Amino acid sequence: MTDDKPSTGGVPVPVTPAGATSGAPAEFPPAAPAGRGMFGNQGSGDVSGFGGLVRPHRTVEDSPRPYGGYFDEVRDALEEAYPAFGEAIEKVVVDRGELTLHIRPERIAEVCQVMRDDPALRFELCSSVSGVDYLGADARRLHVVYQLTSMTYRRQVRLEAAVSAEEPHLPSVTAVYPTADWQERETYDMFGVIFDGHPALTRILMPDDWEGHPQRKDYPLGGVPVEYKGAEIPPPDKRRSYQ
Amino acid sequence: MTASNYATERETTEGRVFNVTGGDWDDVVSGVDPINEGRIVVNMGPQHPSTHGVLRLILELEGETVREARSVVGYLHTGIEKNLEYRNWVQGSTFVTRMDYLSPIFNETAYSLAVEKLLGIEEQITERATTIRVLMMELNRISSHLVWVATTAMELGAINMMLYGFREREYILEIFELITGLRMNHAYVRPGGVAQDVPDEAIVKIRDFLTLMPKRLKEYEDLLSGQPIWLERTQNVAVLDVTGCLALGVTGPVLRSAGLAWDLRKTMPYCGYETYEFDVPTHPDGDVWGRYLVRLAEIRESLKLVEQALDRLKPGPVMVADKKIAWPAQLAIGVDGMGNSLEHVAKIMGQSMESLIHHFKLVTEGFRVPPGQVYVAVESPRGELGVHAVSDGGTRPYRVHYREPSFVNLQALPAMAEGGLIADVIAGGASLDPVMGGCDR
Repeated sequence: MTDDKPSTGGVPVPVTPAGATSGAPAEFPPAAPAGRGMFGNQGSGDVSGFGGLVRPHRTVEDSPRPYGGYFDEVRDALEEAYPAFGEAIEKVVVDRGELTLHIRPERIAEVCQVMRDDPALRFELCSSVSGVDYLGADARRLHVVYQLTSMTYRRQVRLEAAVSAEEPHLPSVTAVYPTADWQERETYDMFGVIFDGHPALTRILMPDDWEGHPQRKDYPLGGVPVEYKGAEIPPPDKRRSYQ
Repeated sequence: MTASNYATERETTEGRVFNVTGGDWDDVVSGVDPINEGRIVVNMGPQHPSTHGVLRLILELEGETVREARSVVGYLHTGIEKNLEYRNWVQGSTFVTRMDYLSPIFNETAYSLAVEKLLGIEEQITERATTIRVLMMELNRISSHLVWVATTAMELGAINMMLYGFREREYILEIFELITGLRMNHAYVRPGGVAQDVPDEAIVKIRDFLTLMPKRLKEYEDLLSGQPIWLERTQNVAVLDVTGCLALGVTGPVLRSAGLAWDLRKTMPYCGYETYEFDVPTHPDGDVWGRYLVRLAEIRESLKLVEQALDRLKPGPVMVADKKIAWPAQLAIGVDGMGNSLEHVAKIMGQSMESLIHHFKLVTEGFRVPPGQVYVAVESPRGELGVHAVSDGGTRPYRVHYREPSFVNLQALPAMAEGGLIADVIAGGASLDPVMGGCDR
């Protein structure tokens, strides 16, 4: 901050830092490339938590049968009740005792309808709808995740539908599960996934005029201009430096 | 007065202003009875004493009858889920405890269970840690229900109940302070166990509470259960049946008050709840009165659970043995609150270089979690609290989503309120027990 710069908006121009007159550096020294992040570690360590470490992305594989537990029954029941099974189901993954069915996005509402209504499936409750952004790992990076609960059989299953950021459309399941209403709005708000057929797809947590979808991986944390005297909160990786 | 049918205008510094007068406006206005015929739109909130936080309700009223109700949420959105992605897995406990501030232990436990499932160490969690989790959760359920009965009674006109409810909640908060060091935002339940052991004074205090609370519950019932105004205001008000609850995803005491005994502690047990003896109270009517009875009965069941948990509390470790996961710091309560145990600091600083390195790596970098995704649900005082956690193999969560019962349950408010009286919006909204910190996250 220099003195010849005119004061704007009543913000007082800061006086010269006390250290500047006593010979100590008034500003932080410029960050050396090797000194980024905490304690100057680079390359190996993700010690800062903000290092932006690039990790290899694994691809999710189809699980071999038998899956064990009730998962085989659920799959067989869905295959029997839903004629387009082979076309609609991309992958069946069993991991950590949980069943995930990867569904073609355009089929998601149909599959939910069958999952809810078929007497051998009876997933009456849609527990949760949310999104995950697999940026860089999947060409269709935006995954919408549905957690279905069967109260009759006490079972849980996860449906996952992947769409691309360029064409983020998939049918809304609100006609099958009205509880998905707000949760789809939240997923739209946070990830920009557009649920076709949703009764009123508007932002729900962020302000209506917000730009961007905050939970996407390419959306920074912080660094958002604050509407107060031109102040700005720097993103966390630029917020502090341990030199 | 001009005979013109056009509105008169005048120039101001802000621009041109038109006065809407003339025509048959006066006739139109005199023909409408604004009290009985006009529909008016009322904004209730976002700052309103009876909306349980910054909830905004847009009510379209016809006289005193609510024709349409819409709720607007998001005023307390703090981006906790996004922030979690920038901290290591253990630091997550500190964030999630701040979501639903009336049931922090449940947020922490659900998160810890999810991380443990991702790590594949559910079997290694010690018995004492699990028992302490159950103990803390049930105490927290009591304190949350006490706030519910206190605030709801206040909103419906029983101010004295508010004082009693908060008085007993204070007792539980003192127990929490004794155990965790804090009244709220505990970050006590951590991935791998709990932050530190329960001190003996706390056990004594909990035992005292167990003898005190049944008497106090009796007092509440004497105050409210037979009171004609309370009955008028709650019976057959804001009815939602099982079908409505399931369609709208409503779980917890509201669903149970409609007659379906769906409680995750019984139906999909976790933390060893299947080994405890307790009942799931239900009520057939699905009204505010039923929700009141169910919550009071749940406090009694929670007292039973707390007692059983206390009896089971055998000495033992409260953190997993795996030193690559277990939080290395030992905490102790000093005169100025909870902090690092001086003994532990002296040991790692003075005696063992390796444990200092280990401590440093685990605290700054954190442990790695194998890639994958899990969904873990627990029965919070408000219903199904689910955590969907995704790991990409790193030291930080790739994504954590909270299925918040407050958020999901609030969708049911129009179904409860529309067609009823405006005063019953308060009763219905309160009976859902929304906590906006959890709802908006």
